[in-house]
Amino acid sequence: MTLPVFEPWNDPEAKPLIEFQNVTKRFGDFTAIDDLTIGIYEREFFALLGPSGCGKTTLMRMLAGFETPTEGKIFLSGQDIAPVPPNKRAVNMMFQSYALFPHLSIWDNIAFGLKREGQSKAEIETRVSDMLRLTRLEKFARRKPHQISGGQRQRVALARSLAKAPKLLLLDEPLGALDKKLRQDTQFELMDIQEKTGTTFVIVTHDQEEAMTVASRVAVMDNGKIIQVATPADIYEAPNSTYVADFIGDVNLIEGTVKPTGDATYALHWREGAEPLTVKTATGFSDGQTAHLAIRPEKVTISAERPDGADNAVEGKVLDIAYLGNISTYHVELPSGVVIKAQTANTRRISRRAFTWEDTVWLSWTATAGVLLAD
Amino acid sequence: MRRFALISIPYLWLLALFLVPFAIVLKISLSDVALARPPYMPQFDWATGLWAFLSELDFENFVWLTQDDLYWKAYLSSLQIAFFSTLLTLLAGYPIAYGMARAPEEWRATLMMLVILPFWTSFLIRVYAWMGILSNEGFLNQALLWLGVINEPLTILNTNTAVYIGVVYTYLPFMILPIYAALERMDDSLIEAAEDLGCSRLSAFWLVTVPLSKSGIVAGCFLVFIPTLGEFVIPSLLGGSDTLMIGKVLWEEFFSNRDWPVASAVAVVLLLLLIVPIVLFQRNQQKQQEAEQ
Ligand SMILES: Nc1ncnc2c1ncn2[C@@H]1O[C@H](COP(=O)(O)OP(=O)(O)OP(=O)(O)O)[C@@H](O)[C@H]1O
Ligand SMILES: [Mg+2]
Repeated sequence: MTLPVFEPWNDPEAKPLIEFQNVTKRFGDFTAIDDLTIGIYEREFFALLGPSGCGKTTLMRMLAGFETPTEGKIFLSGQDIAPVPPNKRAVNMMFQSYALFPHLSIWDNIAFGLKREGQSKAEIETRVSDMLRLTRLEKFARRKPHQISGGQRQRVALARSLAKAPKLLLLDEPLGALDKKLRQDTQFELMDIQEKTGTTFVIVTHDQEEAMTVASRVAVMDNGKIIQVATPADIYEAPNSTYVADFIGDVNLIEGTVKPTGDATYALHWREGAEPLTVKTATGFSDGQTAHLAIRPEKVTISAERPDGADNAVEGKVLDIAYLGNISTYHVELPSGVVIKAQTANTRRISRRAFTWEDTVWLSWTATAGVLLAD
Repeated sequence: MRRFALISIPYLWLLALFLVPFAIVLKISLSDVALARPPYMPQFDWATGLWAFLSELDFENFVWLTQDDLYWKAYLSSLQIAFFSTLLTLLAGYPIAYGMARAPEEWRATLMMLVILPFWTSFLIRVYAWMGILSNEGFLNQALLWLGVINEPLTILNTNTAVYIGVVYTYLPFMILPIYAALERMDDSLIEAAEDLGCSRLSAFWLVTVPLSKSGIVAGCFLVFIPTLGEFVIPSLLGGSDTLMIGKVLWEEFFSNRDWPVASAVAVVLLLLLIVPIVLFQRNQQKQQEAEQ
């Protein structure tokens, strides 16, 4: 059995649920969102990632209706949403601060949106108890927000925004305040909810691991612009720029000049006198162009002897070892002073590890392990 | 020991400035009727002892209060005036407090200053100023005549209307400040959340803003209601002969009729009347403090 692949962004027929068309947002003379165009499809779990102040919250607030674009248009299901006030949008936002109503019980907080829709008492009862069950909050229904823990509050905020079964749910750093365990639990809960309800999620996060876990696609933003939108795997394996490569995960960046050597194969001259590095890539580069080779530490193999037949091998000295329990990262200094990180799984006890500080080691990787990025 | 010393200071203060005077007033209210002639009988005498002294105290002055309908009418009319002025003050004060809380950050200190500014002038002088404004030849009538809104000067001074104007004017800051404090503390994102969940601006106001400023509203109402109930200066300067307020009656009993025992009885009843709202006020404050913890 093969599951149908969920990739509406590759389907030219598919119409996006949300469309930003050349949206610019300025606060005074400060540009928070800069000529941004993007489409988000139905049933997507879309993650926004970027440094603080890059405009993620502003983007969400424009979708929810609390800010209006200075220029450009936003479409929801093909309709321009500029004239639609926040209370008339089929969009619900889960605020980073939760924004729970302190004077209402958990039950009433969750029922708040349903009551505004004028649903019947019985309908509201069932919907609220469904939401309470989903977020495992049944025991706290009668309490006020200040009588429950931070993690429980976060789930109330989630339940409240989910209760109206919106077409689109915006989550602004929804898990920021949770410990790792609870965060992971809730991430899976979110994905589960998404699967069950078919809601489209847009989630802002500072935690790239979170984005990788939950998202169907990840958008990396910087200074009000989207730098790259792709699936988590593509963002990680095939970043389109050194900015994205550097922002997502750990990476070694080696600068050099490119020389084509054959069919989609290039030599990267990175140090005077050093052996050029071999890279295979589908992207075309011209002779003499400067570029960066981005290579993830876990794709670099560390060994005592020069391995036979490796596409690339360099010799260096172990400068530092970061022990992370399941893996260790070796910082290896090459004679030229460049430091390259290599990661290995700790399959042996720490006392028996093969390399230690000051050891001379060889680092090697294949021609396709890294990505060559133009500047 | 040190803690005890610290706590005892406010209690001693209360004892000296509230309980002792109250005991004196209570004693006078239970004494025999005697016009303008302290000492009031009975008096404590070491020779006959405490019991003889106590057994001579009686409630005749309180009984008297029930016999002349002036008193209960005055209490009732005071309650009525206090109630409606509180309502009017709330109606005037809430929008002002709301506007202040919504104003840009850098304006708020100035607006607050403007609310407090009248306190720089003596209360008495400000009430006298209202006499100048409200009288038949006052500024208000002149302005209205000049504008052609009216042909004849309106009689406002020496009516209950003038009393309401005076009370609302005087106690407005006491209404604005607690409501402003409650509104300013409120998180704006709550309103956005309400709108996000389908509220219009107006229903967000009723469902979120008002309930969250409730403690401020209650505090403001008590801060206006309690002093207005016993108010004397405003009704006697701005009110007319038919303005009946217990503060005025009290003053007349003390200083015109010079019937201190009856006057003391009036005062004791007024205090009992005030205890109810004061206790309610205290509970409101306590509840609010608990909610904030
Ligand atoms: N109302 C406003 N007035 C002026 N500047 C604003 C306003 N709102 C946001 N900004 C600015 O716009 C930029 C983007 O803000 P935004 O809140 O979208 O950032 P963000 O990506 O959500 O950051 P963070 O990850 O820290 O939450 C910031 O530089 C911020 O200072
Ligand atoms: Mg933000």
